[in-house]
Amino acid sequence: MDRLLNLSTILGVALLLLVLVSVRRAHIRVEYSVSWLTAAVVLLILSRSHGLLEWLAAWMGVTYPPLALLMVVFSVFLMVFFRFSVIISQLKDANIALAQRVAILEFHLRSLHEEAPQQ
Amino acid sequence: MNLSLIIPAYNSATVIRGTLNTLLAYLPSHFSAFEIIVVDDASTDGTATVAREAGARVISHPYNIGNGAAVKTGIRAATGDTIVLMDGDGQHNPRDVPRIFEVLRNSGCEMVIGSRFVDGSHPHTSFARSLGTRFFRAILRPILGRAVHDPTSGFVGVNRAALEVFSRSFPLEYPEIEALVVLQRRAFRFEEVPCRMRPRTAGRSSITAFKSLYYIIHVLLGVFVNVLKYEGRRRRLLRRRTEPAKA
Repeated sequence: MDRLLNLSTILGVALLLLVLVSVRRAHIRVEYSVSWLTAAVVLLILSRSHGLLEWLAAWMGVTYPPLALLMVVFSVFLMVFFRFSVIISQLKDANIALAQRVAILEFHLRSLHEEAPQQ
Repeated sequence: MNLSLIIPAYNSATVIRGTLNTLLAYLPSHFSAFEIIVVDDASTDGTATVAREAGARVISHPYNIGNGAAVKTGIRAATGDTIVLMDGDGQHNPRDVPRIFEVLRNSGCEMVIGSRFVDGSHPHTSFARSLGTRFFRAILRPILGRAVHDPTSGFVGVNRAALEVFSRSFPLEYPEIEALVVLQRRAFRFEEVPCRMRPRTAGRSSITAFKSLYYIIHVLLGVFVNVLKYEGRRRRLLRRRTEPAKA
């Protein structure tokens, strides 16, 4: 159990560092790093706080506390993935609308050029 | 401007010139004013140049965004108060355009579908496509409250009222069936007129064997989302329409 929790701590620290470095290098925007930072902090707190993990396991009806940790981490990651699906969908809609607007503007511009008298 | 013809096209350079030449030779004797808009969805074979040379007004997407999005772009740029949507791959016969236009003008409905099956004919289609058409007919019948013979035709005419709806909420992927539900949920009416479709002379259907399952799930999901979304609105509209009649 301890080895699994230690591995979870290492994973949490690695995730935290990766996100912070990525934000610093502007590889991801701050608003999108919050979800990952939350996931990393939850992973760290639960893997280091045995009392909290055991209470959580008892509350969830799980006899093996690391299983509770995995379920919580899985749920947090699932929410992060879902949030990103929503963001990707919004981005795709915005991109399509933009492409359509560009295409229509180009079309009107070409029409104007064709209608303008030759100088 | 009375009629706007919208032709979404993707890599149709080999066939679109023929379609446009037939349209430009045939339509002037039926319409005093019309425009043909080809929406090129980022083709790589010079479709836009061919269409422009043939005399169409061409809108070019900066990258490929799909057939439904191409139709929506055309709808937004169109100046006509009646729009006919047709494919650029040569399957839809330009000689059927005036009939769709006439029915749309005279029937008072908002949408007219050019149908391969409405007159009881059974044109040759692949087994899978025929099965798909039957499946969607069965699904749509209770939703639309009436039979629709060719929901995947793609050869349709719509009036200004329908255009306003489509310019906001035309489905971006696999639009034919969902568009029908979008209009019907707003208590709009549709008719079908018999049309003869020709075998595809260029390009391939976007719905390959592998994509069929995705297509079915996507369309069913789109249909049911629309049903759930607009059921309340449709009932209110119908109630509003019947109340003055009773009074």
